[in-house]
Amino acid sequence: MIERRPMLDLLAHLILLIGVLLVAFPVYVTFVASTQTAAEVQQAPMSLLPGSHLIENYTQVITGGSNTGSSAPVGRMMWVSLITALVISIGKISISLLSAFAVVYFRFPGRMLCFWMIFVTLMLPVEVRISPTYQVVAGLGLLNSYAGLTLPLIASATATFLFRQFFMTVPDELAEAARIDGASPMRFFRDILLPLSRTSIAALFVIQFIYGWNQYLWPLLVTTQEDMYPVVIGIRRMIAGGDAATEWNLVMATAMLAMLPPAAVVVLMQRWFVKGLVDAEK
Amino acid sequence: MNTSAVAGQKRVVFSGLVLPYLLLAPQLIITVVFFFWPAAQALWQSTQMQDAFGIGSEFVGLENFTTLFSTPEYLASFRLTAAFSTAVAVSGLVIALLLAVMANRVIRAATAYKTLLIWPYAVAPAIAAVLWLFLFSPAVGILALALRHVGVDWNHLLNGDQAFLLVVITSVWKQVSYNFLFFLAGLQSIPRSLLEAAAIDGAGPWRRFRTIVFPLLSPTTFFLLVVNVIYAFFDTFAVIDAATQGGPGGQTAVLVYKVYQDGFKGLDFGSSAAQSVVLMLIVTVLTVMQFRFIDRRVQY
Repeated sequence: MIERRPMLDLLAHLILLIGVLLVAFPVYVTFVASTQTAAEVQQAPMSLLPGSHLIENYTQVITGGSNTGSSAPVGRMMWVSLITALVISIGKISISLLSAFAVVYFRFPGRMLCFWMIFVTLMLPVEVRISPTYQVVAGLGLLNSYAGLTLPLIASATATFLFRQFFMTVPDELAEAARIDGASPMRFFRDILLPLSRTSIAALFVIQFIYGWNQYLWPLLVTTQEDMYPVVIGIRRMIAGGDAATEWNLVMATAMLAMLPPAAVVVLMQRWFVKGLVDAEK
Repeated sequence: MNTSAVAGQKRVVFSGLVLPYLLLAPQLIITVVFFFWPAAQALWQSTQMQDAFGIGSEFVGLENFTTLFSTPEYLASFRLTAAFSTAVAVSGLVIALLLAVMANRVIRAATAYKTLLIWPYAVAPAIAAVLWLFLFSPAVGILALALRHVGVDWNHLLNGDQAFLLVVITSVWKQVSYNFLFFLAGLQSIPRSLLEAAAIDGAGPWRRFRTIVFPLLSPTTFFLLVVNVIYAFFDTFAVIDAATQGGPGGQTAVLVYKVYQDGFKGLDFGSSAAQSVVLMLIVTVLTVMQFRFIDRRVQY
């Protein structure tokens, strides 16, 4: 930094390494457990070296699930999670782009009312209004459906807020020029605004995909059929049989699978992820 | 930035009366059906008392609320939630700040450390709970076994304090990456010239941190404090449900968990709705604090 203090630099590296180890340790143990047999994991203490059943365990959970607790195949759960995460992220981004465009680029009666109706949703996470929302979704017959899993989570203004902020910084001259050239509003939206928003869209996609993939409370309520469990719920049902009966090697293989897609998205799209996070929260 | 953007108004707008409503329709419909309708229902239900069979209900005004605040379990859950959010927010912030300051110091490997430290953000809280549950499982967990080796009888299924500790550790582990990112961004926006001037005046690293860095970080810290409290209130539901199910003996049943427990397990919708309304008030206060802070921050 400013002055050279080799001891302090060493200390910094040491603390960071401890931090990295603390973050990685549970995942390492999870990985190791997912490569062993149930009996090997039950040994106290279990070996901290990878076993030889990696392919076997992962094949079993993907196609057949565990023998105790829930036996739903994890492959199906991953598919449900993927669809849910994609519908939530793409749905939220689409409706938010449209409504932010309407609020920023049009003057119409009730504009401020619409604006506030959307933004008040920023205040209340779905956790707060679970039972009435559940009753509404049940009343509409949407339990155990992708619509029921996703629509209530799409009703939030974070993305609209972000796009509104972004559209406000787009120079007026662009809209002026489009108008003089006789371009329709939708044409301006498609040909100018959307391409300009590419970075924001990518950033938001990462955040919303993780948000959707990691949902827990809501899917716990609206899914009662095994074939509609997202993987995050499915894993909880696998350990429901009690501590002794739990096949930890299979649970841990499932945990690895459930962690992989969102972690990969964060690591691969780190730049957009950080931008999206900082923009969305501030 | 032009003046119109600052004022929140565009000078150039399109004409059209039907189109803007069409554009807004998808979001408004979803918001009304899945937000306003349930929120109104929560308010309504919080004033209703259902009979034992769940067939009829009568208007009881604020009785659900007065009952709520005279129930020892609910008050215990309130205290528990306060202790839990304090523990999660404070330790999460302290650890993240330490790591961010260190990462900001080492220039060479900073990106590598950043990548290695941020990915727990992507891990679902419920999955994080499963990971730590496994490490602390009384029967097979290697940390539980190690603790027994040094004389600590770890069993979070029976010991409420240990269960509490387990959910705090899991929640902090999950949240540190998020705090770390914001602290690092805050640290990197502090002008180097300021620190260099202080160094020339003879201020050592600790003194510079205390008198310059930390005060300049205070807006970030305050923002993170609010976000972390909201996180501890709501997002930890999955951690608690997957790790302890609120047990043993309700010793990890924080407010949001009680809403679920009383509403979906106990089928006491009146009390559950009243609890939801109390939670709504708390989030609203926190959110308003957050926005006021953002407004103030703009002037920095």
